[in-house]
Amino acid sequence: MLDFLQYMPEVFTLWNFTILVLGTVGGLILGATPGLSPTMAVALLIPFTFHMQPTTGLILLGAAYTSTVAGGAVSAILLSIPGAPANIATTLDGNPLAKKGKATAALHYCFISSFIGGVIGVFILIFFTPTLSKWALGFGPSHLFWVAILGVTVIGSLGSGSVIKGLFSGFVGLWISTIGYDPVLGVERFNYTEHLAGGINIIAALVGLFAIPQVLSMVTPQTLPNGITKFAMESQSVVTSMMETIKRWKALIIGSVIGVVVGLIPGAGGQIAGLVAYDQTRKMSPNKEDFGKGEPAGVIAAESANNGMVGPSLVPLLTLSVPGSPTAAVLLGGLLIHGLFPGPSLFTDHAPVVWTFIDSLLVGQLLMCLFGIMISRYSRFVMDIPEFYMAAAITVLAVFGTYSVQNSFSDVFVMMTLGVTMFFASKIGFSPSPVVLGIILGPIAETNFLQGQLIGSVGEGTFNYFFSGTLNIVLIAIVVSSIIYSAYSELSTKKKS
Amino acid sequence: MFKLFKTQTLFFRTLAALTIAGTFALSAIAEPYPERPVSLVVSYSPGGATDFQARIVTMLSSKENYLGQPMVILNKPGAGGKIGWDHYASKAKKDGYELSAYNVPHFIAQSIVFKTKYNINNLEPIANWGADPAVLVVGKDSPFNTLQDLMDFAKKNPKKVTFSGAGLYVGHHIAFLQFSKESGLNMTYVPHKGGTPAMKSVMGGQVMAGFNNLSDAFRNQDNIKILAVADLQRNKEFLPDVPTFKEQGVNVDDSSVNFRGIMARKGTPADVIDHLAARVPMMFEDKKTRKQMKSAGSPVRIISRDEVITMWKEREDYLRILLAELKK
Repeated sequence: MLDFLQYMPEVFTLWNFTILVLGTVGGLILGATPGLSPTMAVALLIPFTFHMQPTTGLILLGAAYTSTVAGGAVSAILLSIPGAPANIATTLDGNPLAKKGKATAALHYCFISSFIGGVIGVFILIFFTPTLSKWALGFGPSHLFWVAILGVTVIGSLGSGSVIKGLFSGFVGLWISTIGYDPVLGVERFNYTEHLAGGINIIAALVGLFAIPQVLSMVTPQTLPNGITKFAMESQSVVTSMMETIKRWKALIIGSVIGVVVGLIPGAGGQIAGLVAYDQTRKMSPNKEDFGKGEPAGVIAAESANNGMVGPSLVPLLTLSVPGSPTAAVLLGGLLIHGLFPGPSLFTDHAPVVWTFIDSLLVGQLLMCLFGIMISRYSRFVMDIPEFYMAAAITVLAVFGTYSVQNSFSDVFVMMTLGVTMFFASKIGFSPSPVVLGIILGPIAETNFLQGQLIGSVGEGTFNYFFSGTLNIVLIAIVVSSIIYSAYSELSTKKKS
Repeated sequence: MFKLFKTQTLFFRTLAALTIAGTFALSAIAEPYPERPVSLVVSYSPGGATDFQARIVTMLSSKENYLGQPMVILNKPGAGGKIGWDHYASKAKKDGYELSAYNVPHFIAQSIVFKTKYNINNLEPIANWGADPAVLVVGKDSPFNTLQDLMDFAKKNPKKVTFSGAGLYVGHHIAFLQFSKESGLNMTYVPHKGGTPAMKSVMGGQVMAGFNNLSDAFRNQDNIKILAVADLQRNKEFLPDVPTFKEQGVNVDDSSVNFRGIMARKGTPADVIDHLAARVPMMFEDKKTRKQMKSAGSPVRIISRDEVITMWKEREDYLRILLAELKK
């Protein structure tokens, strides 16, 4: 179990370490680019690993995975455009913090909590892999369905002040997710034009819904008080940021634990880890009202969760070849190319490669944190760029990023259409987060419901299939308590006011 | 000795120069193609089996005795491959600079069931590089140890046996349809979003059995039992001990085998197609390519253009009958 210490020096050979640093820095920058998600970054890098030693290749992929997840928070905080679906929750408090002039602090919180969550995640990978992979395998369609429903309970309270508007946006998101081919029954739905034949790609939707409204509001003349369009950036020392982060240990723990659990479940999609963690932290916090207005705990919970997910998502991948997240699924291809077949024997037959890879993830977390904090010092330059240049740059990146996902112009049209619609919708108080959450959760809920129904109807009956068994009952209990708690706190805040 | 050596060198140099000049002369007259990189559309996402196999088999393309130009992979995933192939069959140029990877029986089955822009008549095969048969797998703890165990149970419990597979009208689904038709058993197919989730359901016991790729099953032998191969012969390279369906008395042939290869659009100039059909299989045969494919656990089966044309036709005829019965 302590094999990982034995192979640690391997990470620090000149070539491996250089690749690790390059991968980390490149990943931070790629991650901050809207449209270039961790999944894309890893997929793009796989061909480059062809000609490398397996260890070096995996170090590159691992570094990119780790740092793109964290890098996505930079644009989430500074521009309110999440770099990837995993960073949506970071925008909710990160951007308000930046608008208060505390962008540096927000970035510090983000990288420090990413580091802590990430390290916890990798330690889970190191010490508990055999135990947890069995557990992860137990998640079937009924359980995943309930996990998705748990995500749905979060929708109403995200972003916009009004629960009704939140639910409506979530509903629109769920509807958008049904466009295209239904994967279980093979039926075409809402395919009015050729552009919709493949369904709506999640990255296209994410970029459109978040980036385009930002661009449009940058180019429309604004009547802000005193004519100020830019927010200041106060500096904050790293030590203060560390103290502030550790003070919010509750958010750190909730974030890391949820990140680890969601990362382990194959098919749940790590993207929802940040949102669920954010929601739970808010529910458990004594000062709920501060969330959404720039509460550091919001950033800390979201970022510790989405980096905490990285290590555990590799647990089922390495032992069972079952990936725990979409990015881990792409990483599987990277392993196979080098003849590394996941399975229990991977850790014995290829011990040097695997352990060096895992160690590099650990070191990568530290490098990500260090370089991230260095970058946050320079991010004020980003803020000094005049708005119309910024708008142009974001548009170019948005179009490029969206196109490159599937090499498809249809995605660009979809992205633009959704973006312009969102711009007008945001004028009347709608926010993009519930829509994207709906698009993410729709397919998980639907596919697993249909599969469960097929399996249940020929077995113990559909109702029994979804409502019996310890795991189902525990998940249902969590869903029910989440709904009751939301309703209760909604009512009690109303009474107060 | 020294002199002899020198003469020899000179002789070989002249010979080499003549050969090169000859090749140039020949190619200058008959075949300037390809003079720039060739793109290869892959209808699945990066990192998937089709994608990484395509990358391996085309990595030597820029060698002078193959194409002399690199092949660039362009991923256009979506709707089980339909998006990429629709795009390819309607928009790609017919000059030989835009090729596509194919997956049989997927694209043929889709062209029968859905309104697609592609079918075997508007595409031209170049060569086949791999064949991944479907295999019947059950979980490690499953009570079924042989195909017969499973069939006995299915006979007593109609519909109860659940099968996972990578979606509708793909090799796994075809194998399931063929198996239930030939055995006369009533069983349930549960489509998944790809081979990996389908395999996970078998390992986790969410379904009783599954059809999956031989290559993936081979890698997961610690967690599953492989009961039968849906092919004409056993796979000697990876699973020499697993019998075929036919050996076990069920008439399932190789209709569900997932063949992967390269194709062009119909209307591509004949000389370009001939050139590709001659050079591409040589590239697949390269020792380096084969070694990399083997280490990635991907079964290779190189088939020439003429044979692929016949194979496509046979598949289509058979699938039309099989899928028509399904719709009844």
